[in-house]
Amino acid sequence: MSKINLTINGEKIEAEPGQTILEVAKENGIKIPTLCHDPRLKSYGACRVCLVEVEGARNFLPACATKVGDGMAVRTNTIPLYKIRRTIVELLLSDHELSCLTCESAGQCQLQDLAYELGIEENRFKGEKHIYTIEDYNPLIERDPNKCILCGRCVRICEEIQQNKVYTFANRGFDSVVTTPYDKSLIETKCELCGQCISTCPTGALTEKMSRYKGRVWETEKVKTVCPYCGCGCELELQIKNGEIICVSADVESGVNKGNTCVKGRFGYDFVNHPDRLTSPLVRKDGKLVEVSWDEAIKTVADKFSKIKKKHGADAIAGLSSAKCTNEENYLMQKFMRAVIGTNNIDHCARL
Amino acid sequence: MTNSIADIHEANVILVIGSNTTENHPIVALEMKRAVSDFEVKLIVIDPREIRLTEYADMWLSQKPGTDVAVLNGLMNVIIEEGLEDKDFIDKRTEDYKELKKTVSKYTPEEVENISGIPADSLREAARLFASAEKGAIFYSMGITQHTTGTDNVLSVANLAMLTGNIGRPGTGVNPLRGQNNVQGACDMGALPGCVSGYQNICDLGIIKKCKDVWGVKLPEKPGLVATEMMDAVLRGEVKAMYVMGENPMLSDPDLNHVKEAFKKLDFLVVQDVFLTETAEFADVVLPGVTFAEKDGTFTNTERRVQRVRRAIAPVGNSRPDWLIISNLAKAMGYDMNYAAVGEITNEIASITPTYGGIIFERVSEESVQWPCPDATHQGTPILHTAKFTRGLGKFHAVEYKAPAEQPDKDYPFILITGRLLYHFHTGTMTRRSMGLNEVCKEARVEINFVDAKKLKIKDNDWVELSSRRGKVKVKARITSHIPKGTIFVPFHFKESPINMLTNPALDPVSKIPEFKVCAVRIDKVGSK
Repeated sequence: MSKINLTINGEKIEAEPGQTILEVAKENGIKIPTLCHDPRLKSYGACRVCLVEVEGARNFLPACATKVGDGMAVRTNTIPLYKIRRTIVELLLSDHELSCLTCESAGQCQLQDLAYELGIEENRFKGEKHIYTIEDYNPLIERDPNKCILCGRCVRICEEIQQNKVYTFANRGFDSVVTTPYDKSLIETKCELCGQCISTCPTGALTEKMSRYKGRVWETEKVKTVCPYCGCGCELELQIKNGEIICVSADVESGVNKGNTCVKGRFGYDFVNHPDRLTSPLVRKDGKLVEVSWDEAIKTVADKFSKIKKKHGADAIAGLSSAKCTNEENYLMQKFMRAVIGTNNIDHCARL
Repeated sequence: MTNSIADIHEANVILVIGSNTTENHPIVALEMKRAVSDFEVKLIVIDPREIRLTEYADMWLSQKPGTDVAVLNGLMNVIIEEGLEDKDFIDKRTEDYKELKKTVSKYTPEEVENISGIPADSLREAARLFASAEKGAIFYSMGITQHTTGTDNVLSVANLAMLTGNIGRPGTGVNPLRGQNNVQGACDMGALPGCVSGYQNICDLGIIKKCKDVWGVKLPEKPGLVATEMMDAVLRGEVKAMYVMGENPMLSDPDLNHVKEAFKKLDFLVVQDVFLTETAEFADVVLPGVTFAEKDGTFTNTERRVQRVRRAIAPVGNSRPDWLIISNLAKAMGYDMNYAAVGEITNEIASITPTYGGIIFERVSEESVQWPCPDATHQGTPILHTAKFTRGLGKFHAVEYKAPAEQPDKDYPFILITGRLLYHFHTGTMTRRSMGLNEVCKEARVEINFVDAKKLKIKDNDWVELSSRRGKVKVKARITSHIPKGTIFVPFHFKESPINMLTNPALDPVSKIPEFKVCAVRIDKVGSK
């Protein structure tokens, strides 16, 4: 199919048919603010902060839900658009708990970023505010509707991607709220605690209980690696502060999982820094395992293996490698058994 | 997998047999669900249990555990009987079709109903649904392999895929879902008794020469023991010492009493792990390795994708990366094993492993690559067997149904299936120490059908004692309609209820996999005796 030619803010741009204005703008480094958009989800057009001007169109159009057309002239940064966006964000903030000082999402909150970009210091709209008290008896996911902007991302990710439909909108108009069936705790619903809702929430309405007060996003270093659990091979971003993993996220633009994770991938990381970790080699002496130096431990093993090999032959020694270890370690383990010990008695738990 | 996770939605029909995908491969399950909801893909689930994936399925067939060959032969019987096979594919790409046709002709839907309990008409409907699709993909996991007929089960899956021409195109394939992050890689790297990395047979002259050149030693000739045979060899006194790295046979192996005896009998046991596991408690020397977060290297996922693992934190305490420990040990035994960094090992693998030939460290640090990838310019292989099979023609293996090694009887009237849960992983070494996961799911429960529970006067959460010919375990009951009558399910994650005390160590004669999915047990309410 032929390319589509359009202009954004006067700049000539080539796009693929079927792309949205938002996608094309992003590819070309033009930022259009959004709140309800997640590339994993279908276009929704709820928050209206991505409205743009399209020459000849009667109304402003949502960039996330409008496909590009040949000859289209789009403007993303006009004064009328600024005014609309500012009003929308002011309205959202008028019923939003402004606890940014201690909110877990500070620094990665799209609402906070947008309020900053639009320079909203004072709010013109001073009206009624909701005060919700929600206690959710699960150890992983914190829900706070006082910070919810009703963008529906959690509702949609649970419906479209996870397909568990745990969340739903209840009530109407100003009283609209995202909740679970019968307002139950997540753990009493079909929820699998995957945390996909946290991954898409643009504010602090959904956050991770385990990460609470452990560190700010700007204090952490993100390291991309691969999940240690099943064979899907999901790419994870470990967020590190002071040598400890404090949170796990995933990049929506890379890996086989494209930002999605399951409950183990997202929340099963704290074993790494668990106090039970073995921190020193141990050798059994008088029936008890006691701490020794690496030199002593390695020498003990080397001497004993050599002795057994000499007395009973190399096939009297067997090795089990590990489906948890890296390719390099598995390769070395079989090389060690074959080249150093001299036996093919090497296997791992593929069958178990 | 012959195919890739990304092409699941390109299928017209997906057949999942022996895989509890939403719990064990949740991200693959997302792709299956998306295929059904957004791409109108049909989904057939064949599993004794009403697993969560059945909620999204067009058809769910519940077979009696251990009857998979009969079920698959039955599907093929209908397909051939109704002329739905892919004649062109059979002619051009396969051999030995006649034998298959002859064998499956005996497995009429009525005969299969007698064996498996699946109604004949449901089997017919499933066969038509699968065979009339242009593209059909088959997914399986340990529900297919962990049987004394595991090899036959896999051959039957391959037969079905070839019979319907579902190999070598997007949205098709024989797709085993691998259960551990790097179980594919551990196999690929030659952590197997019969082959060196890249499945190069130890008798192959090419690899013998390569090992001589690169390793500087002659490969041992005598075939080695598989994991499940090692314990017997220890008890016979043939194996005196073991070196166990990152494995926990004391929870994961069948018939744990037997394993325990073996570990006790060993002259010398070295365990290298991150925690003092149930196995490490028997060790003479324990070497502290590190977790995935503390090391560099690569993992290979279920779709043969080699991906970079990056060190995020320094080794905890005085622990060391496993590759370094192995090198230290080799040196102490007089073998010159010197690697300054992991990348040198990655590149040595590429140099002697044809399927990994183009997967050098610098490249895989930039992009993930699916093997086979023979050289640096090769893009990797998202789909296997597109033009021909590894051996040339695809061989049909006519296999007959054989009953599981142990059948329920008067004394042990129930069938026990073991497996995993969403919130835990394998022997729980990691997830039982993940605070949140362990709080959500802190104990094993045995799933019992409500009709059986009523007969045995067992209520939800009651303690019951499960016993087999090999051992006993106490566990709480979960009464459910999701498991068929006469069958129970227990996860193997929990050391407090080590269900492998009960499982049958009977092995598949070829793959030596134990029959974890069928053994005969009895249930007694605690306090009722």
